[in-house]
Amino acid sequence: MGRIQLEQVSKSFGELQVIPPLDLEIEDGEFVVFVGPSGCGKSTLLRLIAGLEDVTSGQVLIDGTDATDIPPAKRGLAMVFQSYALYPHMSVRKNIAFPLRMAGMDEAERDRRVQNAADVLNLTDYLDRKPAQLSGGQRQRVAIGRAIVREPAAFLFDEPLSNLDAALRVGMRIEISELHQRLGTTMIYVTHDQVEAMTMADKIVVLQSGVIEQVGSPLELYRRPQNRFVAGFIGSPKMNFVSGEAAKPYAAESIGVRPEHLQISSAEGAWKGVIGVSEHLGSDTFFHVLETGLAESITIRADGEVALNRGDTVYLTPEPDKIHRFDARGRRIE
Amino acid sequence: MATKASRAAARMMISPSVILLLGWMIIPLSLTIYFSFLRYNLITPTGNPFVGWENYYWFVTDPSFKAAMINTLLLVGGILLITTIGGVIFALLLDLPMFGQGVIRIMVIAPFFVMPTVSALVWKNMFMNPVNGIFGRLATGMGFEPVDFFGQIPLLSIIFIVSWQWLPFATLILFTAMQSLDQEQLEAAEMDGASWRNRFWFIILPHLARAITVVILIETIFLLSIFAEILVTTNGGPGTATTNLTYLIYVSSLLQFDVGMGSAGGVIAIILANIVAIFLMRMIGKNLDA
Ligand SMILES: Nc1ncnc2c1ncn2[C@@H]1O[C@H](COP(=O)(O)OP(=O)(O)OP(=O)(O)O)[C@@H](O)[C@H]1O
Ligand SMILES: [Mg+2]
Repeated sequence: MGRIQLEQVSKSFGELQVIPPLDLEIEDGEFVVFVGPSGCGKSTLLRLIAGLEDVTSGQVLIDGTDATDIPPAKRGLAMVFQSYALYPHMSVRKNIAFPLRMAGMDEAERDRRVQNAADVLNLTDYLDRKPAQLSGGQRQRVAIGRAIVREPAAFLFDEPLSNLDAALRVGMRIEISELHQRLGTTMIYVTHDQVEAMTMADKIVVLQSGVIEQVGSPLELYRRPQNRFVAGFIGSPKMNFVSGEAAKPYAAESIGVRPEHLQISSAEGAWKGVIGVSEHLGSDTFFHVLETGLAESITIRADGEVALNRGDTVYLTPEPDKIHRFDARGRRIE
Repeated sequence: MATKASRAAARMMISPSVILLLGWMIIPLSLTIYFSFLRYNLITPTGNPFVGWENYYWFVTDPSFKAAMINTLLLVGGILLITTIGGVIFALLLDLPMFGQGVIRIMVIAPFFVMPTVSALVWKNMFMNPVNGIFGRLATGMGFEPVDFFGQIPLLSIIFIVSWQWLPFATLILFTAMQSLDQEQLEAAEMDGASWRNRFWFIILPHLARAITVVILIETIFLLSIFAEILVTTNGGPGTATTNLTYLIYVSSLLQFDVGMGSAGGVIAIILANIVAIFLMRMIGKNLDA
């Protein structure tokens, strides 16, 4: 079981309040991703759940019981650190077995579990190596192995993929998702990469300056962002925001349209502009349209076959039912 | 830059310093070896006949030689034990967040800057003197018989004084090593259920292993030749209770004016030091590779 609830949890470092009181519920078996810009308090929140940091006020409940004063080891949670935090003088086998050894498990059972974990993570050939002799991806897997042997109630990941190259990251992303499906254990995953968040999460928690901006499934956040911050943070390339005169007809202070919800035409449309930089990805092309008088630049996604050059005059038309409207404080207007 | 010409030029340019250093070492060494085979006593000027291994024979069979060897071992071993264990403890304490950290850290290092003769004298007269010393006063004040440190436990007292001097060095090296320990490793161990003791044993101590070997190596080299502390406190006594090899050589050559005997002792000391050095290098080489 791994149901985690935060009730009015806050955290201050001295005078500085990093996390104002917040509530959050994480259901058993859920894959929850904390996402937000750097310094918004994602790691701090994770460490509060892990018990590595004391809460300033509020309660952390694990499976309904108050865990606020329980030391990290007794909470039944396992954590994978951004730096992996492997023990450099121990072999992979000893690294993975360490939590079991600390729990006083007998050697036969320990070996069996280490072997299992190694099978699952494709580490069998590396069991007798030291961490320094492994690649980044392998180290990552050892760190995960060390977490899964304990059969914890929940896994906590703090940006586990940020030290890997792009290709490996995609691979590990899928491996972690598969691991979640197989184990069915609650996972809390911290990242600042919204693609990781969108692809892996059952539920995304968007944070800004320690405040939860919105909680929801990836598609919910994509379709109905509650405010301008979430709208701009989720989705790639970023949503275009237009305010002032052009937003008036929609009865909003500002409106937002995603690049994929704009039609481009060289003949006619709602907004006129000039093509600036274009990014060709093959399947798609992103055009940055300038001189629209609405915003500095408007990004639009077009089919890869569309042939337009720098300096061409184009017309953009937003799809009417895909326009997001925001009030003066940046909140969504239904 | 590794062309043949540049390498030849490099060799030529470092040769003066190499020759100078080599001469610096070789000349005294060969003179010592030469003297050690002569009967060369400044009190009985009977010429300096070649006597073969005689000096070595008398030096080694002298009962004070055995005592000096044992004392040297006890001194080096005892001080190493105290400074490494004490150094680890101090390093752990200094790593804790506390008030006035900067000042405390500097104060811990301070004894290292005090000259050996001065610190030995301060300990001898101000602390360990049974009549005027602070320890003696304290003992008398509480109604106990004061301990005559250099009379009753002379070797232990010297071990204590030298340890006091070298503790800061060990602390400094170990503390630096301590600070390079990744905090996430400790946190990971904490999550893995390791108690404080287990974290120390399985994470901190292996991390410090390298620094500990460095401390042991460097200290051994210096501790084999402790001299000033013995000279100003006990003069090697009572009897030979605090005479180490260095002091014994000093006694033969400068108190008994027997240059030949002193040189023989010197050569033995060089050989012993080299054996220790080879032994340590092996040990440390293993540890540094890992
Ligand atoms: N020990 C500490 N003492 C004081 N301030 C801290 C401490 N740890 C974190 N902070 C502050 O708390 C805020 C949140 O830090 P946190 O590490 O949680 O950010 P994050 O969201 O994980 O960022 P990143 O994506 O860069 O890892 C930051 O402004 C940081 O400066
Ligand atoms: Mg972080």
